[in-house]
Amino acid sequence: MKTAGAPDRRIYETMVSIRSFETKLQELSRKGVLRGSVHFCIGQEAVAAGVCAALSPGDYITSTHRGHGHAIAKGARMDLMIAELLGKATGYCKGKGGSMHIADLDLGHLGANGIVGGGIPIAAGAALGIRQLGLQNVVAAFFGDGAANQGVFHETLNLAALWKLPVVFVCENNQFGMTTPLSEASSQPDLAKRAIAYDMPGTRVDGMDAREVFRVTSDAVGRARAGKGPSLLVMDTYRFEGHYIGDPVVYRTREEVEDWKAKDPILRLRKQMVGEGLATEAELDGIHGEIARKLDEGVAFAQSSPDPDPSELFTDVYSE
Amino acid sequence: MKELTLSQAVNEALVEEMERDPRVFLIGEDIGLHGGAFAVTKGIFQRFGPERVRNTPISEAAIAGAAVGAALVGARPVAELMYTDFITIAMDQVVNQGAKVKYMFGGKARVPMVLRMPFGAGRANAGQHSQSLEAWLCHVPGLKVVMPSTPADAKGLLKSAIREDNLIIFLENKHLYSQKGPVPEGEYTIPLGAAEIKRAGGDVTVVATGRQVTIALGAAEKLSKEGIDAEVLDPRTLWPLDREAIIASVKKTGRLVTVHEAVKRFGFGAEVAAIVAESEAFDYLDAPIRRVAGAEVPVPFSKFLEDLFLPDEQKIIAACKAVLA
Repeated sequence: MKTAGAPDRRIYETMVSIRSFETKLQELSRKGVLRGSVHFCIGQEAVAAGVCAALSPGDYITSTHRGHGHAIAKGARMDLMIAELLGKATGYCKGKGGSMHIADLDLGHLGANGIVGGGIPIAAGAALGIRQLGLQNVVAAFFGDGAANQGVFHETLNLAALWKLPVVFVCENNQFGMTTPLSEASSQPDLAKRAIAYDMPGTRVDGMDAREVFRVTSDAVGRARAGKGPSLLVMDTYRFEGHYIGDPVVYRTREEVEDWKAKDPILRLRKQMVGEGLATEAELDGIHGEIARKLDEGVAFAQSSPDPDPSELFTDVYSE
Repeated sequence: MKELTLSQAVNEALVEEMERDPRVFLIGEDIGLHGGAFAVTKGIFQRFGPERVRNTPISEAAIAGAAVGAALVGARPVAELMYTDFITIAMDQVVNQGAKVKYMFGGKARVPMVLRMPFGAGRANAGQHSQSLEAWLCHVPGLKVVMPSTPADAKGLLKSAIREDNLIIFLENKHLYSQKGPVPEGEYTIPLGAAEIKRAGGDVTVVATGRQVTIALGAAEKLSKEGIDAEVLDPRTLWPLDREAIIASVKKTGRLVTVHEAVKRFGFGAEVAAIVAESEAFDYLDAPIRRVAGAEVPVPFSKFLEDLFLPDEQKIIAACKAVLA
């Protein structure tokens, strides 16, 4: 494999990890071993993978209820994630957070979030903290098109632009806030235009093209790191699945879903890599096989892990 | 000892902690050159500059969220909301985010953050600038809630709060800002979770908070002239609460009156009463518990109505006499 393909390969691996992880969860759900709310990001992999590939190890992210992809892209261990989703003591949050609260502060992952828009001001706050501590890191805030209609979106974009905070606002426009299409939720469906109000660059990005996501995000991260302030990146993407397990999906047509599936970000990058001679089909198949093996190990690890000790109910509420 | 107002004492605590730890910074509305709506941060902007004293737009949710985020990466924000009433706008960031991240993340997160808020009625500010909302906040696991009644307590408790790795709600009664009191010279802190007996007595325990401590002390002086010896206990920290101190006092006096400005129902006084009822002190009670509190209405504007709303010496005296009847 050529070195020029390095980001491609990493992004491809990440996207396949995310897709395979979510598919494995669906399998576990069908078997009845998965409890609680789980929101899949199948179809949106290029956004998580492309954005996180543009970040450096000390950089931070905030994530959303549809956050498995962001965690994997930031380097989270899939076995610990599965253990968390099964509520086990070995999980990322000792079984206290579940799907919507996976975090790994050592990796710079400041947490998924059950509140739509809840992570946006936290991201700007982390950027402020970086500034207060005299560090050079950058924060990427993931949120959806639904969150763009929350008050904190506007408060935070204003504050971050005012103070030129090192944050990149990544709006994953998957076209629906739960079941409501963007056209019925936003007076201005081109969400990138909202950046104009806060005097920051606003860019609409093909969120199904991982290379493009990486390229645009790299520019925004560079700008943030250079002290030039935040950017708003609106990634046009699509969730191939419903909002949640069991969603009857009455709010969109089969044809629309098929149109978006034709833009599958994994197949697209694969075609580009193979077409440009950066990888062979066999090499890429090998990546799929390796990830499948890791996931099987992860499931076995999670299923054989103990439940939390009853004493854990009362720990971790306060720091000593 | 020196004489300071509560406002000056809070200011001194902020300055000392900012000098001690460069990670500490202030964030809030009009706290810069202006020095805050109640002049509590007066002079700090001039001394530390705009990066350590972050003057914000009027965006309470963003202020609270920015403080939570900054705390998560290791800075130590002291945020100010201009009035406690405005926490309604910041509630998601305080209750769903800051209070819970440590637990939800399995213990890995730390939120070393203080949220200072002036509270209380009696200043003709009506329904949206006069509330006492401490019960809401005490009800949320993950938060600690502090309510000082004297300048010395305010300084020592705030310094402890800033050094905590937890989200601390620090509630300052607006009437107390101009009230003077003795403050120790030099460095000192007061631990969170330690009550103080502000006046020892053997006949009735009065558990009072914030400004009502001063009012309860006035009531106790008047009662003493009638031969009633009231003990005034100030929890100082509403959570963690010094249960032992309350139980010990009630076991001594056999009677309990609680006093706060917040409306009575589901208030802090109800929690104190329940703690006593669940404890061994219950067997020592010689009379039913009485709660003196704000009237169960939005805070009214007219001075005549607002005075009726608030607890006062007479209401406390009447409650003490009732439990001693």
